[in-house]
Amino acid sequence: MGFLQGIAASNGIAIAKAYKLVEPDFSFEKRTIEAPAEEIARFQSALQTSKAELEKIRDHAGTALGADKAAIFDAHLLVLSDPELISPIEDKIKTENVNAEQALKETADMFIGMFESMDNEYMKERAADIRDVTKRVLAHLLGIQIPNPSLIAEEVVIVAEDLTPSDTAQLNRQFVKGFTTNIGGRTSHSAIMARSMEIPAVVGTKTATEEINNGDIVVVDGLKGEVHFNPTPEVLEAYKKVQEDFEKQKAEWAKLVNEKSVTADGHHVELAANIGTPKDLKGVVENGGEAVGLYRTEFLYMDRDQLPTEEEQYTAYKAVLEGMEGKPVVVRTLDIGGDKELPYLNLPKEMNPFLGFRAIRLCLEEVEIFRTQLRALLRASVHGNLKVMFPMIATLNEFREAKAMLEEEKAKLVEEGIEVAEHIELGIMVEIPSTAVLADQFAKEVDFFSIGTNDLIQYTMAADRMNQQVSYLYQPYNPSILRLVKMVIDAAHKEGKWAGMCGEMAGDETAIPILLGLGLDEFSMSASSILKARSLIRNLNKADMEKLASDVLNMSTTEEVVEAVNQAISL
Amino acid sequence: MVQKQFKVVAETGIHARPATMLVQAASKFDSEIHLEYKEKKVNLKSIMGVMSLGIGQGADITIFAEGSDEQDALNTLEEALKKEGLAE
Repeated sequence: MGFLQGIAASNGIAIAKAYKLVEPDFSFEKRTIEAPAEEIARFQSALQTSKAELEKIRDHAGTALGADKAAIFDAHLLVLSDPELISPIEDKIKTENVNAEQALKETADMFIGMFESMDNEYMKERAADIRDVTKRVLAHLLGIQIPNPSLIAEEVVIVAEDLTPSDTAQLNRQFVKGFTTNIGGRTSHSAIMARSMEIPAVVGTKTATEEINNGDIVVVDGLKGEVHFNPTPEVLEAYKKVQEDFEKQKAEWAKLVNEKSVTADGHHVELAANIGTPKDLKGVVENGGEAVGLYRTEFLYMDRDQLPTEEEQYTAYKAVLEGMEGKPVVVRTLDIGGDKELPYLNLPKEMNPFLGFRAIRLCLEEVEIFRTQLRALLRASVHGNLKVMFPMIATLNEFREAKAMLEEEKAKLVEEGIEVAEHIELGIMVEIPSTAVLADQFAKEVDFFSIGTNDLIQYTMAADRMNQQVSYLYQPYNPSILRLVKMVIDAAHKEGKWAGMCGEMAGDETAIPILLGLGLDEFSMSASSILKARSLIRNLNKADMEKLASDVLNMSTTEEVVEAVNQAISL
Repeated sequence: MVQKQFKVVAETGIHARPATMLVQAASKFDSEIHLEYKEKKVNLKSIMGVMSLGIGQGADITIFAEGSDEQDALNTLEEALKKEGLAE
């Protein structure tokens, strides 16, 4: 038996056999071979098996992710049929009498080197494609199984170093009961994916892949952030009980799907969901989301090799607006840069990407990209209740400039005879301290605020949220942050506008009572957190929370605030 | 041998997806098919060859075909280039 402490990334308990998604050992030795013809036959056979496997993966990707994503595997298949790759390998085997592994590696490395040395990010990435496909052939030559998560057919817990978007896209929700990774935090990609898939996950265990073996029984405790492997019968029994209780709890919460988010003393707030693609709508509906509080449009731009067209964007926005059936949908315009890169834009590398050329700053410069998105949004506006917000606004002039572009595109569309909704609320993300401090002035011109806490905290504390060593400064309950939040909410209300929040903090059990007391109007979170938040809010009194909020604003440390909240809720 | 020159009009040039499409189309023919750009000639049945050229918007490219079905091959590739709005 063994135990690992990690970070709770997604609620619930999973108990299943371990399936390790780790890189196998590809080492081999260079050999001189006697019979080149047989060696070539062995190479051809590995090639054929690899192609058959890739075709299977492509077909699976086609049904699961759409033809768009499957096209990548078509390109991979072509690499395995490429005469410029195959003939040199066979020549090498014939003339140098080396084993197929060596011939393959030398030839592939030559191509990888060639693409890597090209002065173009896009070409450099092609080197990764070649590495990926030739590795598959090498694996078959060596008789190694490459883990293939799309072919899992029994209940498992995935154990991996980290999970990339393409890894998670291949996971079959029917069989994957949970996962645990060595690296990552609450806001890393794998954690966000786990919450949207609603499967328990523990990230940041540091050594899960080293200590857990394939087939071990693993318990993923996504409530406490613990992982147990090969547990004693006692521990296993105890966890089965916890799992049962959690399922019961979830069933209780599920009864609130169609209920209002009202406090015990009758104050209503809006519980909204954060989404990345139209596919996430299912979770929003199933969890009783009252709105989409943040639609992250950057996913439309990622994992591809060129910008999405106006038509592609229009289709996605329309799908979300129609799917929400008239409920509000807040769409955030392109927020790229920082930790989210688009290789095909060929943006220069920056020393401080989080303080650099990103989000609205990029959009106001790369005007065509921005205008295309605005047009797509405006055209989609007639299909539901659209609200648009701009990310990373630091000055009023940025907002005015963005708004002017939207108005211009609107006028053009009207002139072209295309229908556009009469009134579209325009808001901003508040994630830069300057904007929070000047919220009273912004409130005169915007229709709403949405506080982006992940960035607001990192900019206020001057602590990179990707840097583990300063992670102690990620303090959502620090009174300094709470005061900024209060300034934003008060400024909105003074002008008769509304204020929402779409960062991690909006779904946090400790933060919700304070935010309620501060008068926050809209809480936008992972869909899977909505029912739990609703259950909590229904048990709170707005009047009591106002008292709590005014108390904590005058405290000096995070610890005092947490203590005060715990006392207030347990009362 | 037959040959024909084209001008690439697609904004993104000939990237992964169009390259995949061209190589797939070329591979259906027996003829030897080559693609020339900036005095570099590659096998059009080789995805890595085509991508290594890094063909961008405005590039002048020439397709050569030689073999039993050369004219048919050239016509098919021309049609594919135009249909996808890649070149004219």
